[in-house]
Amino acid sequence: MPGRRVVVTGTGVISAIGHNTDQFWNSIVNCISGIGPYEAVDSSLVRFQNGAEVKNYNPSSYFETKELDLMDRFAQFAMIAAKEAVKQSGMDCAYDQGTRTAVICGTSIGGVVSQEKTYMDLYRDNKSRVHPLSIPRTMPNSAASNISMHFGITGPVYTISTACASSNHAIGNAYWLIRNGICDRALAGGSETPFTYTFLKSWEAIRVVAQDTCRPFSKNRQGMILGEGGGMLALETLESAQQRGASILAEIAGFGMSSDASHITKPDQQGAERAIRLALQDGNIPPEEVDYINAHGTGTLINDSMEIGAIKNVFGQHAQEISVSSTKSMHGHILGGTSAVEAVATVMATLNDILPPTANYQEPDPECDLDIVPNASRPKKIRYALSNSFAFGGLNAVIAFKKWEGS
Amino acid sequence: MLDEVFEKIKDLIITKKGVEAEKINIDSSFEELGLDSLDAVELVADMEEIFDVNIPNADLQNFKTIRQAVEGLQKAISQ
Repeated sequence: MPGRRVVVTGTGVISAIGHNTDQFWNSIVNCISGIGPYEAVDSSLVRFQNGAEVKNYNPSSYFETKELDLMDRFAQFAMIAAKEAVKQSGMDCAYDQGTRTAVICGTSIGGVVSQEKTYMDLYRDNKSRVHPLSIPRTMPNSAASNISMHFGITGPVYTISTACASSNHAIGNAYWLIRNGICDRALAGGSETPFTYTFLKSWEAIRVVAQDTCRPFSKNRQGMILGEGGGMLALETLESAQQRGASILAEIAGFGMSSDASHITKPDQQGAERAIRLALQDGNIPPEEVDYINAHGTGTLINDSMEIGAIKNVFGQHAQEISVSSTKSMHGHILGGTSAVEAVATVMATLNDILPPTANYQEPDPECDLDIVPNASRPKKIRYALSNSFAFGGLNAVIAFKKWEGS
Repeated sequence: MLDEVFEKIKDLIITKKGVEAEKINIDSSFEELGLDSLDAVELVADMEEIFDVNIPNADLQNFKTIRQAVEGLQKAISQ
């Protein structure tokens, strides 16, 4: 692998299955799904009634009123995850005036909760003015900017929007920035809060949301379930982590990305395969040492069989030895934030040598006939783990994590 | 009624998707007409609006031909 080695020294997450990494991982290990009736929108007006909402969330227990004035729900979730990751890592983000630290956040849609409020004020309630901070709340870079201001991070700070691959692109970019010496540490991840009336109706219209729940790889799967939340990784050079005696949770070993250039919503297997192959090549990773894949696994008919096909083509006979699960079955599809949350699950899997399960699994599908870790987590020695993301728009991003073995 | 539903969807395929009228018959598949799954979703959404019905996702996913779509819509209309 060229360049400097990059390690994960902190994780942060807030989701339907936990407001921090401990709660989140405990839910995954016990296969507890956070999918149920959503409350943010009147579900009688929408054709699907279930989602994976962050319940029992009280913003004022995390933020001062003045801070909340500036942050949409999606930015709050990114900030909560960032604070947890930094606290666990113990890294000094403002080291060297913060110029050597990056913040890269993924989001597909930005501050839509605030945007919806402005629409309601104008179109429904006939008000003549909206909240003066509507713009800074709504802008998709608000999460990254607020995190940068909070920690005094003055290096590369930006937002990536590649639909459901946004956070993997964010993590991959941060990995390459550190590896190539552009900066020494980064907060990378993303967040999304899709529970607004206009957005749920838009998902209803495109016909990919399940009526009941998310059953990835199950023959009777009906589609995806929307989720909300945020995830963040604290990344730094191996040298930096070792110098300050930080606990290393995992190493990032490779990143691959590709575009299908084919269809705006229908995934192309060749594009997915190329992203997986590029991630392996990027880190000189022996394919036979990949033991776990956190799948994109949306639970749609097309994605899941395409993804299993791609894994089989890339890994050949070794695919039979790889465990493949979709944690979206528990935390839902968090869109631009989903691969950040899945990165946390994948880091915890490699750290603990435990395979996250695919929840809600009912019926084998001959087109998804790998070990999909149905309905219960289980121990397995994990050397390398991949986290896949294949987004609408045909944009693919795959991160490879390596178990930290102490050297 | 079946004819009315077919004529309506045919009209939409011509006007919104630019397919030539003579190419469209009730047993045409969407694929033969150069239409993909998103086109089918769009056409069925328009038909839902016109006839004030809801077609479940599970039914829509099985619409490969115009006939299947027309019969699915017909079933929803008559309920």
